[in-house]
Amino acid sequence: MHSPRRSHHLFMNILVLVKPVPDPEREKDIKVDVASGRLIREGIPMVIDPESRNALEAALQLAEKSGREQSAVAVLAMAPEQARDKLTEALAMGADEAYMLSDRAFGGADTFATSYTLAQAVRKIEDEKGFVFDLVLAGTSSSDGGTSHVAVQTAEWLGRTHISNVCSLDVNDGVVRAVKRSEEVMLSFEGEEPAVIGVTRDINRPRFVTAMGIIKARKRPLTLWSADDLEIDTMRTGLVGSPTRPGRMFEPEQKRAGETIGDTPEEAAAGILRIIRKAGL
Amino acid sequence: MDFNFTEEQVMLREAFAQFAKEEIAPYAAKWDEEDYVPMEIVPKLGEMGIMGVFVPEQYGGVGLGHVERCIALEEVARYSAGLAMMVFTHHLGLAAILDYGTEEQKQKWLPGMCDGSCVCGLAVTEPGGGSDVAGLKTVAELEGDTWTINGRKCFITNSHCAGVTVVTCRTGEDEKGRPLMSTIAIEAGTEGFKPGREENKMGLKGSYTGELIMDNVKVPVSNTVGEPGKGMAITMKELGEVGRASMAAIELGILRACLEDAVAFAKERVLYGKPLSKLQAIQFNIAEIRCDYEASRLMLYNAAAMKDAGKVGAEFSMAKYFTSEAAVRSARRLIEIMGGYGFVNEYPAGRYLRDAIGCVPSCGTSEIQKMIVAGETLKKF
Repeated sequence: MHSPRRSHHLFMNILVLVKPVPDPEREKDIKVDVASGRLIREGIPMVIDPESRNALEAALQLAEKSGREQSAVAVLAMAPEQARDKLTEALAMGADEAYMLSDRAFGGADTFATSYTLAQAVRKIEDEKGFVFDLVLAGTSSSDGGTSHVAVQTAEWLGRTHISNVCSLDVNDGVVRAVKRSEEVMLSFEGEEPAVIGVTRDINRPRFVTAMGIIKARKRPLTLWSADDLEIDTMRTGLVGSPTRPGRMFEPEQKRAGETIGDTPEEAAAGILRIIRKAGL
Repeated sequence: MDFNFTEEQVMLREAFAQFAKEEIAPYAAKWDEEDYVPMEIVPKLGEMGIMGVFVPEQYGGVGLGHVERCIALEEVARYSAGLAMMVFTHHLGLAAILDYGTEEQKQKWLPGMCDGSCVCGLAVTEPGGGSDVAGLKTVAELEGDTWTINGRKCFITNSHCAGVTVVTCRTGEDEKGRPLMSTIAIEAGTEGFKPGREENKMGLKGSYTGELIMDNVKVPVSNTVGEPGKGMAITMKELGEVGRASMAAIELGILRACLEDAVAFAKERVLYGKPLSKLQAIQFNIAEIRCDYEASRLMLYNAAAMKDAGKVGAEFSMAKYFTSEAAVRSARRLIEIMGGYGFVNEYPAGRYLRDAIGCVPSCGTSEIQKMIVAGETLKKF
């Protein structure tokens, strides 16, 4: 059963959803298999998704602020087992423990199936620990999928308050204050724990992994769970549990033709102005 | 046999690489152009664990080995060989204290050296020469329990920023009249101890190189690092192992810079309607740089792993010799691949060449390394 008891407000228990992704700096090396509609990621090193790093940094800062000795930060990822070192990296950044969900039954999941699986794992961790996480943090939008669904959907499965696109976050006495950036204005929200927050990259600058962090990670627990370890309906996980049917996948043809504007600086400036005006900017 | 790094070493490399990319790469050209020593980065290097990577945790270090130390230097040198020179010399002086110092010395100096609040130095070379340790003229005389030191050191890295410098001094003669050396630690600010001229170098900017002047410097005998009279053995061991390993690691960083820049340029630059990388002559140059990098990498990390296992011989000299020559060759090849772009200072190829040339004499020229390798080879085979 899922315990309603929350951790004491003087300190915090935070869970961070971490997503290993193909290195976005190698984006141009990722190819599409047109026949199957899948991405060919072989040879592309995996990294922790940039926004997941921001989420972890935000969690570590909140834990430090509330008293690092009592507060705890755990990380959870659903990924193939080869990405295990990315969770070790999260431990080296400062997380206290890590959980990894890895099973063929989870493969090919869309955000609906992914968030269901993650939510079931959150419940299991909370049951084992006997408390509800004050906060579940995640990146709003991953560099590979970019749907912005998973944090929100996980919150819905868990029945918790959620705010995404958060660029500033603070928690005081159980009250969560978050600032969300929309296209034109900044919106401030206030809500109660427990909450699920999706952060953006401008919330902070993630700390570096240090050599000492790597040494400390040796002693921090990393738990590996398969589908059998979770109370889960495998018809709702992986490819079979995914209602999303992606459309045709193709690599857009990128054509860039160079154009010389004017022979003198004056002509060039006038030409550039014309283009800007034409674009209605 | 496994030539791969462990998972932890890979993670360490990625961590150091990320740090170097964000904290060193954007500024390296400016440091070189302005001959600027970025002291503000030293506490960050301390926080990353780079300053004390091989120092046991009880003294504030990370407790790893020389393989990891070389990984750190390679990553720093990938973007700034000059800054890596500061770190390497710091390691060199620190290693003398760690290997030969008293418990009191270690407790006093090592934590600050690991966290980056104190840079260390090692001063051997004098105007009369560097590799001729027996010919050094700086003298330390013991009266009661105080050394009085007089002399002048030159071409000393960290001359103008070290908080503690381990200085090799002549302290007597043996029964056959041969000089006896001792290594003595001098703290910055000690009366009579001051940096002299700062050298205007052709490369390896981002670190100080200059003179150290000792004019009746008085330090307690408790500052002696290791047994008095054994200074030559201490100096030779640290220069031979920590020093040469470090130089090879820095040269390896330069080699990787040459390799990565060569590949990036060749893929990007279009000539005769196709990228340079499609031209066989360019491919040959890239293959040569790659082979030089890979061979250097194997030689260095093999030697470092042997050092960690406590059985290194002339392997560091082999790595230092091969890697320094390979770095110079590769920087020249990069310039050839880049053509005019390689010659202008807007691109770093020229800096790589100047830095690579600057590395050759440090910790012994190629000729010195070959003498050491030949000496061991003639005994062994």
